[in-house]
Amino acid sequence: MGALLTLPLLELTVGLPLAATLLAIVSGRFSSGLVLGIGPAMLALAVLLCLAVGSHGPLEVAVGGWAVPLGIALGADGLSAVFVMTGAIIMPAVALFARRAFGSDPAETTQSFTFWPLFFAMWAALNAIFVGRDLFNFYVALELLTLTAVAMVAYGGTAAALRYMIFALMGSLAYMTGVALLYASAATLDIGLLSEAIEPDRAVVLAGGLMTAGLLAKTALFPLHAWLPPAHGNAPAPASALLSALVVKASFFIIVRIWFHVMPDAQSPWLVQTLGLLGACAVIYGSLLAIRQGRLKLVIAYSTVAQIGYLFFIFPLADGSAFALPWAAGAWTGGIFHALSHAFAKAALFLAAGLIIEALGHDRIADMKGIARALPMTMAAFGLAALSIMGLPPSGGFMAKYLMLTSALAGGQIFYALVMIAGGLLAVIYLFRPLNAAFAGSHVPEIAPVPKARQTIPLALALIATIIGLASSIPYQFLQIGLPEVLEGGTE
Amino acid sequence: MMLSTATLYALCGAAMIGIGVYGFIVRAHLLRRVLAFNVIGSGVFLFLGALGYRAPQAGADPVPHALIITGIVVALSLTALAVALVLKHAEEAGRAVLPEEDREET
Repeated sequence: MGALLTLPLLELTVGLPLAATLLAIVSGRFSSGLVLGIGPAMLALAVLLCLAVGSHGPLEVAVGGWAVPLGIALGADGLSAVFVMTGAIIMPAVALFARRAFGSDPAETTQSFTFWPLFFAMWAALNAIFVGRDLFNFYVALELLTLTAVAMVAYGGTAAALRYMIFALMGSLAYMTGVALLYASAATLDIGLLSEAIEPDRAVVLAGGLMTAGLLAKTALFPLHAWLPPAHGNAPAPASALLSALVVKASFFIIVRIWFHVMPDAQSPWLVQTLGLLGACAVIYGSLLAIRQGRLKLVIAYSTVAQIGYLFFIFPLADGSAFALPWAAGAWTGGIFHALSHAFAKAALFLAAGLIIEALGHDRIADMKGIARALPMTMAAFGLAALSIMGLPPSGGFMAKYLMLTSALAGGQIFYALVMIAGGLLAVIYLFRPLNAAFAGSHVPEIAPVPKARQTIPLALALIATIIGLASSIPYQFLQIGLPEVLEGGTE
Repeated sequence: MMLSTATLYALCGAAMIGIGVYGFIVRAHLLRRVLAFNVIGSGVFLFLGALGYRAPQAGADPVPHALIITGIVVALSLTALAVALVLKHAEEAGRAVLPEEDREET
């Protein structure tokens, strides 16, 4: 197994999609076929990375042989590895789905030309964040990600893209200012060096606050969520799937890195309760608005607003002042589990909605009566993914909520337990409406034909979201590799 | 109290950030917002540059310079995309203002 460490795994996870970006620009009408080669290679790379991290613990390389603080390190712990793996499954699945809409058959169009470079650049940016070890590198990767995400939203409408862009620009400036302040107080931006050098004084807390505020705008946590529903609801289905499943998780990933790896000592009760309360507002507000939507894709987009709220429960539940408590690690792992299972389930929901739109030509819930009889496999995928979003067993969403709920009860944080239960019930209501319409009546509606092969893609993603719940011990054990030191006292 | 050169630059940077944020919030015209983004960005870079010269006897710290150059490239590409989107939106909607903020500007 030692041979694994001699491979340039970390460099390739970022470098390969970046090379594919350039290839996609020059290969013209063949660019939609590139993923057939790059996808399996990236999947193999992710498997090797997981094996390496699993057998040797956290990895770190100094790129080009330049050691920190002069050089910029890349690194992978259990958290990085599972996110790289999630990306390596979802990205190719979405690409296979997108080959029809963004292929060059019969003729090359603006969208078929621009989609593939954007797609691979997005992949490179995501992986650069997942294996990043430097706060400024996060900034560069985050901006590349924003660039690709805004451009993909623009396929669905410029007003939505501009609204997203305005939030994203403000967010990136706030993050950048925070990075400048942090460099002023610690004179390094490497995560490892920072976590040793940092003193939680006023400048550091201000820097952390600015960075977090900027990242919240990009993660679309309530009350900075206004851009998300029009952006995710109007983009083409493959783009919506990528945005909801992975892009919003990347900025959340950086928030976790900042507060649990860089400056755990700077977490104050004020901070953790604010983030937790905003999360609770997001869960309730997003779910209530999801119930009121008439279009399927908007229901799913508002559901993303709600589900993002749960992610921020890890702050109050793995409370900074209570790190040594036995449930802190459980709450943290539950939050990460939620990010993963939501990624698979939400990608499945958006792709299934995309197929329904192809079949019917619209996504008005009231006019899709009986669609389950015309597209049984797609609706099965939708139903399975919906189970995970609702948090019903045996899905990944259930495991995530179970872990968070037990730590909330163990820690006596009844408020968050109640919000989680209420959020689950509201999710049942807003997802039951489209399911109810799909099974209503007894006739088989007239639809445009949808190939079986494409219907299997959302089904496969929904199955993975379920399997995460059934085989939860594997990712659970994996996430304990390179667990933040502050949480180690709480592993059980 | 004597102001050192670096402190003066850092304060100017902070003032530019303030002016930019004001413009970003008050102005609904999208091109002005893109400009405000650039003013804030320049302020942050000026601030960051001043940080690199806090101990003149030790010479300038090169890291902030590297960060600024990278930051300028990033800001430039974001500005290019933003301007392209604003142009497209203005062509479609007739005005370079988001629909929900469309009121007569003074």
